[in-house]
Amino acid sequence: MSDPAPRKWQHRLHITLWVLIVPPTAWAAHFLFSYLWAAISCAKTGHFATMPWIFIGGTVLALAVIALAGWVAWHQSRTPGDPPPHKESTRIDRLRFLATATLLLAALSTVGVIFTALPVVFLRECT
Amino acid sequence: MSLHDQDDPALRCAQEERLRAVWAAPKGIFLKWTDCNNDAVGAWYVLTGFVFMLFAGVLGLLMRTQLAVPENDLIGPATFNQLFTLHGSMMMFLFAVPMFEAVSIILLPQLLGARDLPFPRLSAFGYWSFLLGGVFVGGSILFNAAPDGGWFMYPPLTTRTDLSGIGADIWMLGLSFIEVSSIAAAVELIVGVLKCRPPGMRLNLMPLYAWYILVVAVMILFAFPPLIAGDVLFEMERLLNWPFFDATRGGDPLLWQHLFWIFGHPEVYIVFLPSIALFAMLVPTFARRHLLGYPWIVLAAVGTAFLSFGLWVHHMFTTGLPKISLGFFSAASEAVAIPTAVQIFVFIATLWAGRVNWSTPLLYATGSLGVFVIGGLTGVMVAVVPFDWQAHDTYFVVAHLHYVLIGGTLLPLFAGLYYYWPLITGKKLSDRLGRLAFWILFAGVNLCFFPMHLSGLMGMPRRVFTYPEELGLGDLNMASTAGAFLFAAGVAVICLDMCLSPRRPLANRNPWNAGTLEWLAHPQDEHWGIRSIPLIESRYPIWDQPDFMRKVDEGRYFLPDAEEGRRETIVTSVIDARPLAVIRLGTPAWVPMLTAFVLGSVFILTTYHLYGLALIGSVLTLACVVWWLWTGTAEIPEKPSKPIGHGLELPLYISGRSAPGWWAMFITMMADATAFSGLVFGYYFFWTRHETFPPMALADGPGWFWPMVALLAGGVSWLLTLAARSANSRGATGAMALLLTGAMLAALGSGVAGLAGPWLSGLNPEAHSYPAIVWTLTLWTVAHAGLAVIMQAYVLARGLAGRMTARHDADIRNVTLFMHFFVLSVVVTYATIGLFPEVS
Repeated sequence: MSDPAPRKWQHRLHITLWVLIVPPTAWAAHFLFSYLWAAISCAKTGHFATMPWIFIGGTVLALAVIALAGWVAWHQSRTPGDPPPHKESTRIDRLRFLATATLLLAALSTVGVIFTALPVVFLRECT
Repeated sequence: MSLHDQDDPALRCAQEERLRAVWAAPKGIFLKWTDCNNDAVGAWYVLTGFVFMLFAGVLGLLMRTQLAVPENDLIGPATFNQLFTLHGSMMMFLFAVPMFEAVSIILLPQLLGARDLPFPRLSAFGYWSFLLGGVFVGGSILFNAAPDGGWFMYPPLTTRTDLSGIGADIWMLGLSFIEVSSIAAAVELIVGVLKCRPPGMRLNLMPLYAWYILVVAVMILFAFPPLIAGDVLFEMERLLNWPFFDATRGGDPLLWQHLFWIFGHPEVYIVFLPSIALFAMLVPTFARRHLLGYPWIVLAAVGTAFLSFGLWVHHMFTTGLPKISLGFFSAASEAVAIPTAVQIFVFIATLWAGRVNWSTPLLYATGSLGVFVIGGLTGVMVAVVPFDWQAHDTYFVVAHLHYVLIGGTLLPLFAGLYYYWPLITGKKLSDRLGRLAFWILFAGVNLCFFPMHLSGLMGMPRRVFTYPEELGLGDLNMASTAGAFLFAAGVAVICLDMCLSPRRPLANRNPWNAGTLEWLAHPQDEHWGIRSIPLIESRYPIWDQPDFMRKVDEGRYFLPDAEEGRRETIVTSVIDARPLAVIRLGTPAWVPMLTAFVLGSVFILTTYHLYGLALIGSVLTLACVVWWLWTGTAEIPEKPSKPIGHGLELPLYISGRSAPGWWAMFITMMADATAFSGLVFGYYFFWTRHETFPPMALADGPGWFWPMVALLAGGVSWLLTLAARSANSRGATGAMALLLTGAMLAALGSGVAGLAGPWLSGLNPEAHSYPAIVWTLTLWTVAHAGLAVIMQAYVLARGLAGRMTARHDADIRNVTLFMHFFVLSVVVTYATIGLFPEVS
């Protein structure tokens, strides 16, 4: 079970299970933010802004976090080693597996955030 | 001990004798119920869940009989209401969720090569809670006292005591009690997956079943507590007349719908994912190859878990929420189809790439996928808001949800039944009867539920006890009824098959030639779980690691003995499964059952408004818990470490972040914090509902002074506990005692000051939803201050009794963790009730 030391910085990052859930957590935060933004605007003012800068900012931020997580995961998943499937009991295979899963989750979360943002493009009124 | 020693058959025999003695089940007509080994508790759990399923199924048949012909008068409307409420509630709370927990309690230790889960007594406690709560809720229909407001119990129908009788209380309190057991199981399963894997089983080698269980158990932590928060508000309204859901006094019935469906939608995935997890085990076995796309399955499980929390409003599309909100939830509902489809395609691809053995379990698996996909497609339809407005509350939705739940939960469980029966009993079920049952079930489910799509679109509403002949729905309903009875006949064939099992010969070991660890189990039952805990180098060790079974059996791996006569298993690290320690597991005892029964009595007595007796029950519960903890946990071992073979020496005591107990506390408190956030959500929900806040006619609320005092005192208690922890680790017992006493006084002071705010300002919780929610938040936090005092006193006593030392400090570390969460709730509560009215 002895592994060669990783060479690039992104391979040395401290990997935990929490990393895996960064992209979907960004989706969840964005979703909650969207829901609260709409619910509070509609309940308190009866409408939401025609150019919703806060909403656009929140969406861009969520996409940026997901993109960053995806970028790190992309590099980690390309750590040199044997070809997939990453099914050896080595640190590199474990890293590449987690990275691949994170990358896939980043893709799904990107779709999720875009889906969530779409209603704001099309709808203009609360009721 | 070296490999060489294990070559001696006499030594192996002696080891086996010792293991057998240590893991022997208690005997005797009474004593055997004190067992807490996962094979016994899991089997009871499965059997009980199965019986509840049959009972709820009979309720369904009664409904279908009533609906077979128009204007039938077999069953009256009042009974019919009880039937559909109990059918739904039992299938969800007493069958689907507990069944997943039950199956996992049996399978997980086997899959992970562990002797047992880390907290066997907690499993037993969960089981007894489940049994008692289930009998209480299910039995109510025999006394014509069952809940009758639908399985979602919408107020105001259910909160008004003149409209709903004791049934609503039975639902609320009985099922709250069962939710406790679900959260107990979630704690057990999460810690099991994270901390009890065999050495070498890094995250990338974990059986996919374990991935799914981890994900689902985490979902339970975030899904069930909002319902518990809702239950608290609901019972406050029913028992104390606090108007959270009463629109005439500033409440809002929609708050209940939010809290219910934040639970209710993830619930669908909580029951679906574990069934899909069974496929992930049996598909590779029968495709005779590794599963393709392992990371894709992890993506699907984690992705579905997250997205499922963004769907709850799609049950509320017709409640008049802003359209933009509906748009968000509609979008998320469509997005969840992506990870769901990924899993199905992974299974198809694996079968395609393999050499398929068309066994009975695989027949059930593929058939159920077909049924599930139909339910999924109608799900995509009802996720579209305008379509849902048309189909809402019609039989179209009944058809959709039954296709999803039968295809996604029930039939996969039957697949699992046929697959894992040899693992549990050592015998195979009949292929002939199994296939016959499958085709009957498959025909039955389609005949019963497909016509409901049509009757729904033609206008048949849900939850009606009869319908007029002129609607022209008679034939479709007759077909559905025939299908329901056909389906029941299929279930009867399966029951017959199981009853015939004892007469059949033992099957071979690993009869399906599977590759995963659970099939190490012997057909002749051995209670020790696994002979020696292996070093894992592959996802399918039985297939890939040479001589694997023999080496396990000959004790050539880790921990092949029980020299000290204790039940033990290995604890490993979360990511890479490096061995960390050997822990001693709980042994058979009365205390889990007793605790479950006295806790159950609190809920049941409260249902009948016997508050005095319920209070006695609470005190007894506390006594049982303290007794259980004092005698059964954080025991100081007789020696610091022990060898487990291959030159490895592991400590027998760990505390802090690497210990299972710390994780259990962390996970429990995550659930607690989630329930608390449900109550906080309630406060801010009322803020959005009122033009001015706090509502003008009332006093300004508790003011800022007392809440700030309570906040400060809570913070001091937290800091003093932290200081006590470091005093303890320096070995300064006297200083620790002093600091803990101070911490207790501060927590007490925080509680008193917390109550003083709403009390001195004369807030009347019956007058309006605002004072009611302020009181509720305060009481929640004050109750936690009370818990803090009890825990601090317990730790103090442990320290003084010499059961906690500088090195053996699990107790104070876990209590410190509780205090982190406590201080968080103190800050949120008192800042909310004290400062928010000032700024809003």
